[in-house]
Amino acid sequence: MAEKKHKLLEVKGLTMDFGGLRAVDSVTLEVHEGEIAALIGPNGAGKTTFFNCVTGIYKPTKGDILLHPKGLETRRLNGLKPNKVTEMGLARTFQNIRLFPDMTVLENVMIGRHCRTKAGIFRAIIRDKMVRDEEQQIIESSYQLLEKVGLARFANEFSRNLPYGAQRRLEIARAMATDPFLLLLDEPAAGMNPYETSELDQLICKISSEDKIAILLIEHDMKLVMNISNPIYVMEYGKKIAEGSPREIKDNPKVIEAYLGEETDA
Amino acid sequence: MLQNLKQSLLISLWFVFLTFPLMVVRVNTMDQVVIWRWMNMLWVAIASFVLSYGWRYMFARQKVRKKVADEGGETRSKLQLLLEDMSFRYKAMGVILVAALIFPQVFDTYQSTIMISALIYVVLGLGLNISVGLAGLLDLGYVAFFGVGAYSYALLNHHFDLGFWISLPIGGIIGCLFGIVLGFPILRLRGDYLAIVTLGFGMIFKVVMENWDSLSFGPSGIANIDKPSFFGMDLNLADSTVYIYYIMIAMVIFTILVTNRLKNSRVGRAWIAMREDETACVAMGIDIARTKLSAYALGAFWAGMVGVLFASKTTFINPASFTFMESAIILSIVVLGGMGSILGVIIGAFFLILLPEYMRAFSEYRMMTFGAAMVLMMIFRPQGIISNLRQTYQYKGLKDKTNNG
Amino acid sequence: MEYFLQLFFSGLTRGSIYALIALGYTMVYGIIQLINFAHGEIYMIGAFVALIVAGVCTIYGLSGVSILILAGVIAVIYACAYGYTLEKVAYRPLRGAPRLAPLISAIGMSIFLQNYVLLAQTSDFLPFPRLIPDFAFMEPVAHIIGSPELVILVTTVVTMILLTLLIKKTRVGKAMRATQQDMNMARLVGVNVDRIISMTFIIGSGLAAIGGVLVASYIGQVNFYIGFLAGVKAFTAAVLGGIGSIPGAVIGGLVLGWAESFAAGYISSAYEDVFTFGLLVLILTLRPAGILGKARKQKV
Repeated sequence: MAEKKHKLLEVKGLTMDFGGLRAVDSVTLEVHEGEIAALIGPNGAGKTTFFNCVTGIYKPTKGDILLHPKGLETRRLNGLKPNKVTEMGLARTFQNIRLFPDMTVLENVMIGRHCRTKAGIFRAIIRDKMVRDEEQQIIESSYQLLEKVGLARFANEFSRNLPYGAQRRLEIARAMATDPFLLLLDEPAAGMNPYETSELDQLICKISSEDKIAILLIEHDMKLVMNISNPIYVMEYGKKIAEGSPREIKDNPKVIEAYLGEETDA
Repeated sequence: MLQNLKQSLLISLWFVFLTFPLMVVRVNTMDQVVIWRWMNMLWVAIASFVLSYGWRYMFARQKVRKKVADEGGETRSKLQLLLEDMSFRYKAMGVILVAALIFPQVFDTYQSTIMISALIYVVLGLGLNISVGLAGLLDLGYVAFFGVGAYSYALLNHHFDLGFWISLPIGGIIGCLFGIVLGFPILRLRGDYLAIVTLGFGMIFKVVMENWDSLSFGPSGIANIDKPSFFGMDLNLADSTVYIYYIMIAMVIFTILVTNRLKNSRVGRAWIAMREDETACVAMGIDIARTKLSAYALGAFWAGMVGVLFASKTTFINPASFTFMESAIILSIVVLGGMGSILGVIIGAFFLILLPEYMRAFSEYRMMTFGAAMVLMMIFRPQGIISNLRQTYQYKGLKDKTNNG
Repeated sequence: MEYFLQLFFSGLTRGSIYALIALGYTMVYGIIQLINFAHGEIYMIGAFVALIVAGVCTIYGLSGVSILILAGVIAVIYACAYGYTLEKVAYRPLRGAPRLAPLISAIGMSIFLQNYVLLAQTSDFLPFPRLIPDFAFMEPVAHIIGSPELVILVTTVVTMILLTLLIKKTRVGKAMRATQQDMNMARLVGVNVDRIISMTFIIGSGLAAIGGVLVASYIGQVNFYIGFLAGVKAFTAAVLGGIGSIPGAVIGGLVLGWAESFAAGYISSAYEDVFTFGLLVLILTLRPAGILGKARKQKV
């Protein structure tokens, strides 16, 4: 990492309280262009809460969440609604899969295109040439995304009928359909077998290198994280306890202590 | 086997106990006598015994189906498969259209009148289907928008002598505006709260119409509303019924066309996604407030338009036509027909409106059956009579062209 | 001032009835997050059963307070039985189904039960015998509050105390609170969740029946439709107080009772229901958690 990369996401002193409970305690974190950053930590460390704050589902108690899109002015995300955050170019997946079960696989991805297209009610009723073209474009680009994640053959199946690992990949495709420059993945490998995990591994690297999308992922699977991500941030009890390259993290006594007694999945 | 028998006997006994005071005993306070209707007890015993077997059978069947589905087997019925066949659908639509067009020529005015009311419910069902079936917003006060449309026309006609054709879009727009105004406060509410608030709206509408005499003429209603005129001519009763029938057919076709287009559009997909998972939907960049409002207001638009037609058909309206029962009937049409499914809602409307009409003996039990059917439907067939047809897409210029699910 | 007191006490009476019914809503909602639309119907069935029992007893020569107690007890037993069956038939198979499913099932059940009573009995208003005897009062008080109101108030207070004891002190109460907090956790520590849900329906139904009997003997007539409006209003009371909260239901009931009573007394009685629903809409938009409710954070 010789030259200074463009900083995309900057979180400063993020704090989130639930009643008396401090779930996230002044966490500072940055994601740069081209990075696959990871956020790890034992269960209940506040990782998902951190994601929910960044993506607008929760309103953080304190701190700043700044987004620096390339070539555009900096935006502060605090208090913005989730759909605005997505519109700004920050998409996410969910830890407990949240697909639209009664829609087909392709339609799930097409939903992601919603905020990048514009046909309204009246146009949809009249269905003029522009709307038809736009619709076809949505279909094509969604289909291409399905090809990318290897789900094209399931395009017209209901998403509820997909195998588990495929559902996780579909979530990624759906998030990518929103044209993000930063993708937040919440435990993308949870519940996957080793083969599926290694496939996912490649997929994430492909997204990072081909689509130039920066990635921040939460993961339990240490192996996956150590292989593909740099830098790694470690949280415990709501606090950030370490950050650095995989090697630095591996040797960090604090991290070892945090994971000691707790199974590492590695 | 014996186990089942024992269980069914117990269930039967339980229901005999449960229904005893209401079904068997009847107190006549006037003559100070008690009427014991023991026969009812027997009926309850037999019926609950038989039904308990049916209940068990249905659960067993559901389990089998679920297993088949889990193993990736075919669970769609023959009918469903037939309906997914596009060429069959076009042929069937053609036949139905022809039948619908010659109907008033073959049958008398009375039959046409019944058909008109069934068609009114078709449009109401399709309108409610937008908010309940597609967007998942349970609206229990839908009849209020229907009433708003009807009163709009009645009042415009009464005070300003406005005709049917001008009032038709006006009624729709006023309904829509009411939808937007009422929609605003409820945007933040979750599904079940929304249901109860819309129920409240429906009741408020009725109470206001009953009491605001200077506006609505109170419970006595508004009479002598003009029927639709045919190029400025007034028609006799039979002709005007036929005329209204054709207007209604046109309206149904228009509604089907529009809802079908909406359903398969960017807006429609957003509604469905919102129904499926609100959190995921908003995380995909969809503005929930706007999506909710559009579904709610559009549903109201249709109710308002049909309201105008209803007023012109009956030439008399009063608040008694806009009770919660009406909302419940429209809702059961949508639920039984199949939430989100256009064809299902149409079939549901015909089924629910025509059946009691032609089977007079049944009409007494109508609401009770609707209620029971809603419960059973939710338990055994939540997708309704005709479940939502799966939309498949064609992709141009891609290698995997043969794939069409 | 006298008029004010009259309205105050009629609001209090009304409110305590709402509170009794609202408890059923709030307890059920607290545990399975379902608006039990058919709850109002249970209340109506309670009143109807009491009417039938009282009618039979009167004809066979019983009289006075003994009828009141007999009718009340049988009505409560039946309401409990109906509540139990209702949950088992219409809601239990839908555990884990999408949110709208049990709600629609509940609406279906409400319509079914209404029409079942309509067909089994009659659509007319039936006169409910005056079961609560008039006892003489000191004159200045007597025309502000009558004996039926007093009986209602006392019964409500006693019922509330018993309910609070049940929930705070007994094993069942503890299990109920545990289930309300976290159903899966409760199951893990050995609570029979299905039984607790059944218990909740039974208790809620019993309370509704008490309300039904009291109100029927107070107003003096019953028909198949009374449950619907009462149900919706009681639900409003539950939301007002904060759904899921038992003291909230009581407070909500009283607030709603007073609001209606004063609005009807000082503004207009024709628009009474409009005030109720207006209040509901206002509360839900401004403070959806109600007076005592806690905002639940949605888990993502």
